[in-house]
Amino acid sequence: MRGSLFGRWLLPVYSALAVILLLIPVVYTIVFSFNASVKSNILWKGFTLENWTHVCDARGVCASVANSLFIGVIATLIATAIGTLMAIALVRFKFRGRALVNILLFLPMATPEVVLGAGLAAQFLAVGFGKGIVTIIIAHVLFCISFVVVTVKARVASLDPALEEAARDLYGSSWQVFWRITFPLLLPGILAAALLSFSLSFDDFIITRFNNGGVETFPIFVYTAAAKGVPAEANVVASAVFILALVIVIVGQASSAARRKRLAREA
Amino acid sequence: MAFAALGSATGTADRTPLKTSRVAMLLLLPGLAYLLLFFLTPLVSLVVTSVEQPVPFGDVGQFQLAFNLQNYAEIGLHYLPHFARAGLFAILATFFALLISYPLAYFIGVKARRWPALQAVLLTLVIAPFFVSFLLRTLAWKAIMSDDSTLVSVLRSLSILPSDGHLTGTWFSVVFGLTYNFIPFMTLPIYASLERLDLRYLEAGSDLYASPASTFWRVTVPLSAPGIVSGTLLTFIPASGDYINASSSFLGSVQTQMIGNVIQSKFLETEQYPTAAAMSVALMAVIVVLVAGYVATTGTEDLL
Repeated sequence: MRGSLFGRWLLPVYSALAVILLLIPVVYTIVFSFNASVKSNILWKGFTLENWTHVCDARGVCASVANSLFIGVIATLIATAIGTLMAIALVRFKFRGRALVNILLFLPMATPEVVLGAGLAAQFLAVGFGKGIVTIIIAHVLFCISFVVVTVKARVASLDPALEEAARDLYGSSWQVFWRITFPLLLPGILAAALLSFSLSFDDFIITRFNNGGVETFPIFVYTAAAKGVPAEANVVASAVFILALVIVIVGQASSAARRKRLAREA
Repeated sequence: MAFAALGSATGTADRTPLKTSRVAMLLLLPGLAYLLLFFLTPLVSLVVTSVEQPVPFGDVGQFQLAFNLQNYAEIGLHYLPHFARAGLFAILATFFALLISYPLAYFIGVKARRWPALQAVLLTLVIAPFFVSFLLRTLAWKAIMSDDSTLVSVLRSLSILPSDGHLTGTWFSVVFGLTYNFIPFMTLPIYASLERLDLRYLEAGSDLYASPASTFWRVTVPLSAPGIVSGTLLTFIPASGDYINASSSFLGSVQTQMIGNVIQSKFLETEQYPTAAAMSVALMAVIVVLVAGYVATTGTEDLL
């Protein structure tokens, strides 16, 4: 296959086209954050920085972003803590019922969001628990846990248990071994899981819509506005989030590449 | 676990020393309690709600237990087309996403191995759409495909689309939107399994006089099967329950409504909780059966 027409031309061109397809709406969203639109942000009306300098002028945008940030942070903290403990248990311990725990963790990921959302809403209705910011957080933690477990599990599995054994041989207590050895080594995995949780929470619409009561998150704001036209300020928020996330990913990749290089040099 | 392919190797428990299961239980307790309280119990609530009936002479949204299956019968009478569309759209989206993602994942995971920097850039670009609100991305496609867009006027002038034809509000736009949304979910797990593919197997194939095509189908594809299974599940399941793409304010119209659209409107707009619950239970049941069958026939039970 090497050097063939397919390998040399067709595959790279096809892949490039696929990547371009992926990026079209991203570029569109960013470009239209600079649109001098008045009400609906569909036709190009000229370039302006106004939307960026006056993001909070559009009614509801900043309040909904604040709600989403708050919910995202709380849900991420809870889901990351719960999920990390489960991941450690699943990789480092043998116990009966492991398979069952794995299935229980897999199921929420295999359940369509409408079902998760409707189920929680039905339960809150049955017990008479009012919907609001608390129910949104409960729902977000639920769908984040499984993703945290998967992400952290991969990291735990790649750790050499000999490091912990060495610490114990040196009379480290279980507590010291965990905080001084295990936790720092797991940290990149935990951070990745937290980032994933936060982005899942920040962008969730379907489950949130079933459990939000009157609380408006950023996706709920966009959905409600979609019927009459989404203001360009929403594109500003999305573009800012995009740039921030991209910076985090690039810094993360660069620092892990630097670490690999350093380790290679030392070895 | 099906999604473990997103990360790296798992299941090295065998070489770690055996420890007491009491500590394990303590670590698992918060998570298990959470899943019991907010995942399993809600599913039970859903089943209970699905057999309720309106309270006679009661207000809108008031229901009582009835223990009959009338709500399920209603699905069979009125909502089979919505179920069928959900299944069909999700299958089409999964197929097209695989068609786009496999070569892309192959390029990143196998061909680009010699250039780690290119690999990193391409992977970042594949996940980049995740960082822009999913609703806004879908609205971007809606604007690009809208009736007064350049795309539609070009297609009309080329007679690919009739002069009064539309792109939005059609099956095409809904399947397109679903496909687009799930390409990264398909690409990443396939990439993860291709990235570990030992190229010597491919050389062995060609040494044994296999054509590139038969090496691909008999060596590469089977070795990347776990990624394909994860990717197709990660696409099919959420796609079948999606209602954004098919909704009229996004890429769909009345003719494209999927079961998710009905569930959300019954639950959130007309407060017919029992009907919505019955549909959710039916959707969940169909998916569990399909997924179990799929995982069993593809012989990748160890994914769990």
